[in-house]
Amino acid sequence: MQTPLAKAMGLGSAKSGVAHWRAQRVSAVALVPLTLWFAASIIAHSGSDYASLIAWLRSPLTTGAMILLLIALFHHTALGLQVVIEDYVHSGVKFAAVIMLRLGCFALATAGVVATLSVAFGR
Amino acid sequence: MELEPASTKILSRPRPQSPNIQIYRPQLTSVLSIANRITGVVLSLGAIGLVIWLSAAAAGPGNYGAVRGMIASWPGQVLLLGCTFAFFLHLCGGIRHLFWDTVRGFELRSIYMSGWAVVAASVILTIAAWIASLFLAK
Repeated sequence: MQTPLAKAMGLGSAKSGVAHWRAQRVSAVALVPLTLWFAASIIAHSGSDYASLIAWLRSPLTTGAMILLLIALFHHTALGLQVVIEDYVHSGVKFAAVIMLRLGCFALATAGVVATLSVAFGR
Repeated sequence: MELEPASTKILSRPRPQSPNIQIYRPQLTSVLSIANRITGVVLSLGAIGLVIWLSAAAAGPGNYGAVRGMIASWPGQVLLLGCTFAFFLHLCGGIRHLFWDTVRGFELRSIYMSGWAVVAASVILTIAAWIASLFLAK
């Protein structure tokens, strides 16, 4: 049982409380080590050929970290670009744009995860 | 004499506007604020590049070679350099934001100090990353 006042309290003008803000911070904290790991790995593989890059991608640690990176990255991207859209788009297109953004980020994250897994478990 | 209603008098005068971006002198604080947003948008495009790169790696050596060739070309290298700087600026700016979330560092002096630290760290990290990469590519 919740009174209407209790329901409204702490939700602010966005009507969703701090959920968006917190998710942006949590994904940001996750992305600090994940992106630094990715950048360092890519630099380390600057001179690598295709075979050694695939060997690196196939190791369970790399596969796992890459999937975590893709999920955190596209979650963070969806949250960040949503704010950009909400700040500059004021017509009815806004709603559609945010939905398209969400679906696009889901699709890209899925494509990245599938590619990573097919390298890991492929021939 | 007919009296003019007060409402029309107010409407005939343009409403005051807050200082807008065309006449507002850029400051480190405002420049870094918009830079964090612009680099975020740039990195979103970079994230699409990551998925293309992974998909090419999964598709086979032919496709991967084509994508690698595009990255190795002059426009590709310029874009990659831009993405590297955008990444470090967004990373350092983001860490600054996380520090602000602890309700510290809002004094004018510390806000400028952390701002210049973000700029310096991003430039140094970008240069270091490229030197390391070019050295290891040899």
